[in-house]
Amino acid sequence: MIWKRKPLIKNRLLRIGLILLISTYLLSVFLTTEIDWQRILEGIPRGKNFIFAFFPPDFITRSDEILAGIFESLWMTIVATIVGILISIPVSLGAAKNIAPKFVYFLSRGVITLSRSFQEVILAIFFVKLMGFGPFAGMVTLSLSTIGFFAKLLSEDIEDINKSQAEAIKSTGSSWFQWVNYGVQPQVMPRFIGLSLYRLDINFRESAVIGIVGGGGIGSTLNTAFDRYEFETAAAVLIVIISIVMIVEYTSSHLRKLIK
Amino acid sequence: MPIIKQKDYKTWKKFDRKRDLQNWLCWFLGTLIFSFCFGLISSKTIWFYVFDSHNEALDLLGRMFPPETNYFFTLIKPIWDTLNIATIGTTIGTLIAIPLAFLSANNTTPSKKFIRPLALFCIVSSRSINSVIWALLLVAVVGPGVLAGIIAIGLRSIGFCGKLLYEAIEEIDENQIEAIEATGANKAQIMTFGIVPQILPAFTSISIYRWDINIREATVVGLVGAGGIGIELDAQIGDLAWAKVSVILLAIVVAVVFSEWITAKIRKAII
Repeated sequence: MIWKRKPLIKNRLLRIGLILLISTYLLSVFLTTEIDWQRILEGIPRGKNFIFAFFPPDFITRSDEILAGIFESLWMTIVATIVGILISIPVSLGAAKNIAPKFVYFLSRGVITLSRSFQEVILAIFFVKLMGFGPFAGMVTLSLSTIGFFAKLLSEDIEDINKSQAEAIKSTGSSWFQWVNYGVQPQVMPRFIGLSLYRLDINFRESAVIGIVGGGGIGSTLNTAFDRYEFETAAAVLIVIISIVMIVEYTSSHLRKLIK
Repeated sequence: MPIIKQKDYKTWKKFDRKRDLQNWLCWFLGTLIFSFCFGLISSKTIWFYVFDSHNEALDLLGRMFPPETNYFFTLIKPIWDTLNIATIGTTIGTLIAIPLAFLSANNTTPSKKFIRPLALFCIVSSRSINSVIWALLLVAVVGPGVLAGIIAIGLRSIGFCGKLLYEAIEEIDENQIEAIEATGANKAQIMTFGIVPQILPAFTSISIYRWDINIREATVVGLVGAGGIGIELDAQIGDLAWAKVSVILLAIVVAVVFSEWITAKIRKAII
């Protein structure tokens, strides 16, 4: 007898059906997307020129603007993360099944879904239109998109808390706020700090694109560089973004490990 | 947790004096940083526009309502394109992420000094450039259209999937590999029978998760010309056709909720 590995999906009919389904999907995608090979062939040398235009990266000519852009992004990120988290705390309490009454639960879940469905860039377009160009619109955008992420993950953690600890606090006759503060908060604190650091990292990265639609920060610098056809400067901006993200990610993952 | 004795009764406090002071200092510093940053932002803000924004918002809502429902039928093709960008992009991204993840995981990399940093650099640079910026670059190279979007989403997904996957590879159970090794298996067999079955659940959940994110991302790559519903959104905002914009926004919400529902279903079926 020869041993054979078990197939991933046990039901033979389902397996064949899935394969058929996937292949028809791929075929229909292939048939419905227009790919202009002519344009791509033309584009390859153009793309090569385009990429070579990025070299050598030019940090010096526009160094003032690059620095100003980075600092603006940093301020935006910090303020937006803090504001976003402050709003997220009540929302995440409301979105935890074990704490909130049904009505509040559905309301908070609605807020989270709404905040999660729109990409930062789309939100930014609207806030720039409402509040004018500049970092304030970017900050509002980032804070609002923080809610969807932060409240969702935090509320999942709140739902997983140890009930007996929370009950012990309740049995001392604490008020609701005392109960949340002493029974729930200490249990979710490690996750809370981890998520905040993670979101800080995400917000910085997002601040780079929000600028493209007018939300201030390093993205505006990048966009200006593209508009002026100063690709060397654009390359410098991209390199700066990558290195800062690397630093932020390294520190935040290091900090998260420390906290754990 | 000290108990403070006063004249005739005891009070429990959560922290002792030193911790209290530390906490207070942290809050103080935090507030200081926050107000400093906010001050810098506010100096660059024209507050008149901000305070006027509720009027602007009401005005905008008035223009968006009622949505032009007939317009939805012209949106079907862009929505289909958006789904394709997300799906095919995720597929390409995960396929490239697999070898990269093996190269950058501590326990499977062929050389720690040379290849690992290189692979990690690929992963980080893919992660730190947003898909809109990738799309911006790609539209110039392959021309506007769905293809640019697919490649942009794919490139952005590499970093995400690669990072999570290599972390999963680093956490595998070495005993199982040793057991396979003891049967005299060669490197390829160790890979297929020892490592792959262990990371398969992680791999599927990572790709589904990324697909869910990519549906959202695919809605915006069109803003810079890379296909999908974003192109329509950009065009209608440019035309100030707000009644059509609201239809697009609704379509996006529906697509996102739908994708979330599907991912929840698949995740339940697999795990």
